[in-house]
Amino acid sequence: MSTGSLRLRLLWLLAVLVPAAATAAAWGAFAPIHVVDRDEVFAIPKGTWARRMAGDKVEILPREVRLVLGVKDVLVMKNDDDVPQAFGPVLLMPGQSFRLPFSTASSYQFACTAHASGQMTVTVAPGPEAGWQRLAWRMGHVL
Amino acid sequence: MLVAGAACAAHVQLKSGAFEPPRMAPELGLAGSDGKPLELARYRGKVVALGFGYTSCPEICPTTLSRLAKARQSLGAAGRDLQVIYVTVDPERDDAKRMRAFLGNFDATFVGGTGTPAQLAKVYRDYGVTAVKHPGGTPGTYGMEHSSFVYLIDRAGRIRAMVPYGEAPEDVAHDAALLLKP
Repeated sequence: MSTGSLRLRLLWLLAVLVPAAATAAAWGAFAPIHVVDRDEVFAIPKGTWARRMAGDKVEILPREVRLVLGVKDVLVMKNDDDVPQAFGPVLLMPGQSFRLPFSTASSYQFACTAHASGQMTVTVAPGPEAGWQRLAWRMGHVL
Repeated sequence: MLVAGAACAAHVQLKSGAFEPPRMAPELGLAGSDGKPLELARYRGKVVALGFGYTSCPEICPTTLSRLAKARQSLGAAGRDLQVIYVTVDPERDDAKRMRAFLGNFDATFVGGTGTPAQLAKVYRDYGVTAVKHPGGTPGTYGMEHSSFVYLIDRAGRIRAMVPYGEAPEDVAHDAALLLKP
């Protein structure tokens, strides 16, 4: 293959790849984020009560739960144990779940007997804004 | 099957925290501020917003109650089927008369619940409510740290949702309207 022909092929490749990369970047930066599962799930496993009664210190719910609007903005708490459990701010019966959606970015305080401070914080951050933020978020979740 | 389907459909759209599956709300067995025994069974067929607080509360309770009053008002005629019940966490000071006067500042239809410490302790346990007394700013005074959420109980007497403190009145009205749908 001659040098001229190789250069032509490279130019042709660049002419295709550069616009394609630019289009992909623009899509990544500006297309709205669609997430199939926005639930952040915390579950009390079966046998937790028995473990606690045996003296185990079982921590399931962190003192601070971090959520992101439009991405992970639904707090789900499930009680898979055999006895009622105070979980975060709610009392859950065996097999019951509690699903709390958030629509405003803010810091929410809930009374929680499971923590020594007596409080649980849910911090809801704004979703990645269109532009670099959203592109960086997408790159982070693809790579 | 139909009931389960209806519960599921509503849970998807509720703006408050939704329980799945819903459980029957434990009976209250308290004294009502209207002079009658306070039993949830009295309100079957209505949606009940059940909250916990006290008449000397400086901020949380007035905010919650005024938001509930606004939500009820915004429902128009349907608001007649939304019953607000507010159970005291301060039985030392909150008798029926005092609760009636306090709640009447927000909406004349709101009903308060009070009882003996033992009766109330059972209700708190049943609903996962915390109520802790702490000293006030001046000697001899005290305040109560307490759960600030409100339960929404459907027409059949099942706990369907928990409204966190600070929820906008329009969101409460939205959820109440969903639960009020026949």
